[in-house]
Amino acid sequence: MTDTIVSLSVLLATGQASSVELCQDYLGRIAQLNPLLNAFVTVNTDQTLLDAAAADARRAAGDIGPLTGVPIAHKDIFCAEGWLTTCGSKMLSNFVSPYDAHVIGQFKAAGMPCLGKTNMDEFAMGSSNETSYFGPVKNPWDTRRVPGGSSGGSAAAVAGRLCPGATGTDTGGSIRQPAALTGITGLKPTYGVVSRYGMIAFASSLDQAGPMAQTAEDCAWLLNVMAGHDPRDSTSLERDKEDYACDLASPLAGLKVGLPREFFGAGLTGDTARAVEAAVAQLQKLGARIVDIGLPNSKLSVAAYYVLAPAEASSNLSRFDGVRYGYRTPEYGDLAEMYEKTRAEGFGPEVKRRIMIGAYVLSHGYYDAYYLQAQKLRRLIAQDFVEAFKECDVILGPTAPTTAFKLGEKTADPVQMYLSDIYTIAVNLAGLPGMSLPCGFDAQGLPIGMQLIGNYFAEARMLNVAHQYQLATDWHTRAPLLEV
Amino acid sequence: MPLSLQDVQRIAHLARIRVDEAEAAGYQTQLNGIFGLIEEMQAVDTRGILPMSHAQDLSQRLRADVVSESDRRAAFQAVAPQVENGLYLVPKVIE
Repeated sequence: MTDTIVSLSVLLATGQASSVELCQDYLGRIAQLNPLLNAFVTVNTDQTLLDAAAADARRAAGDIGPLTGVPIAHKDIFCAEGWLTTCGSKMLSNFVSPYDAHVIGQFKAAGMPCLGKTNMDEFAMGSSNETSYFGPVKNPWDTRRVPGGSSGGSAAAVAGRLCPGATGTDTGGSIRQPAALTGITGLKPTYGVVSRYGMIAFASSLDQAGPMAQTAEDCAWLLNVMAGHDPRDSTSLERDKEDYACDLASPLAGLKVGLPREFFGAGLTGDTARAVEAAVAQLQKLGARIVDIGLPNSKLSVAAYYVLAPAEASSNLSRFDGVRYGYRTPEYGDLAEMYEKTRAEGFGPEVKRRIMIGAYVLSHGYYDAYYLQAQKLRRLIAQDFVEAFKECDVILGPTAPTTAFKLGEKTADPVQMYLSDIYTIAVNLAGLPGMSLPCGFDAQGLPIGMQLIGNYFAEARMLNVAHQYQLATDWHTRAPLLEV
Repeated sequence: MPLSLQDVQRIAHLARIRVDEAEAAGYQTQLNGIFGLIEEMQAVDTRGILPMSHAQDLSQRLRADVVSESDRRAAFQAVAPQVENGLYLVPKVIE
């Protein structure tokens, strides 16, 4: 079950395996290991095997794409017709979606069966997957530890080899940070590359979907499926179709890698610092040149983010009022009581905190001091990157300040949890593409991730750098030993 | 300026989330912790900086004024808590 998506596509193309056989193998492994990891919220064996049989029929008829028949799991934030779509919340614990998200439609069109819906922090708000209504996900490398979040179920499922790849979403680091903490590869594209239609909204100006898999090469192929213009999302960009795998083989000679001095300062210590520095040396060996750069305003990104994201969330989540879908409180008198009790009972504590922060920073008398000020900082943070990319092709640094922490370690103090995303948030504020890939292990055997940040629309270049690094190293091939 | 318990209740009301007295103290502590983190942005001089509302400089696209969706009312209302005759039921608002 260690096959990559690319190797599975070869098995299918050469007739060595059918999609039904592959799906049965993965469903078996999910049945065996999900009780331990809690990576999936919903599995629907019958539907998956129907998808697989349809994919095999398409192959027999010659109607195939490069990944037809390769199964994939989807974060439970994507609406999928006929599937329970919970977003990790009690509020949507009974919501069977009547329609497909654009991303789901793209995977269906590609003939890729859905292995199930993966667990996540409630409404994607969290960095440890502990805010899920369906319980925390366990890190396959050490089940006493968190897998990161919010795409923690997708990350744990890929790391535990319960699926060959999965979709995730990233608002402040929710693909990259769990990828780092579980030793897999994950990519957040440039804002607007992947349609947000049918992806349950958290912070609309920051949310972006992307692939999570074992390798950069697999991420490139998955992004080929996910990306593309969709008129149903007004922020979906009208660009020519791009092949994200086209540059994978390019040599790295002459590549300019920027190291932001702010990311290698006092906050970065121990094994993470050593692993990232070793990765820098490896890239130099492959022909890259190192450039010292500055992102002086990046230190403000956590503060600005915790104004902007909650503000957008308070607006987006106002739709959950117990009227058109989802949970409604069983007992109520008037309409106001119905709203207030439905939302008090349907949302968990972290979601309520963020909605309240958002309501406050947007309220009369506070808007300029908080919301407008945060938007100005956002511009300063984004301008730092514009300057930096005049000097380099990609930026490299750590993905997360620490390796996977213990379950419960940071749940008491939201601020400590928020600082898990200190290296990833600026990328969302600027709207840039970023990815995380494995670059080593700490003394306890926990994976360490490095982050690559690209200029706008430089996904193919980032994937090229990551792929060349993965050809020269084997960190991405290491898998946890999971026995029941 | 730390939030008072009264502030917490006002915010909860704005957010249409019922917060009882026992919970309010917990929210007060946590929200004040988060605002402590946010406060550092107030020290930055942003005079002359244009607010950035979005990662891409986009204008809203227009589309032709034609029907593009089929009628799926029954499917959409199948997931609603309470419907009758194609209408969503809520407590009476106007006497």
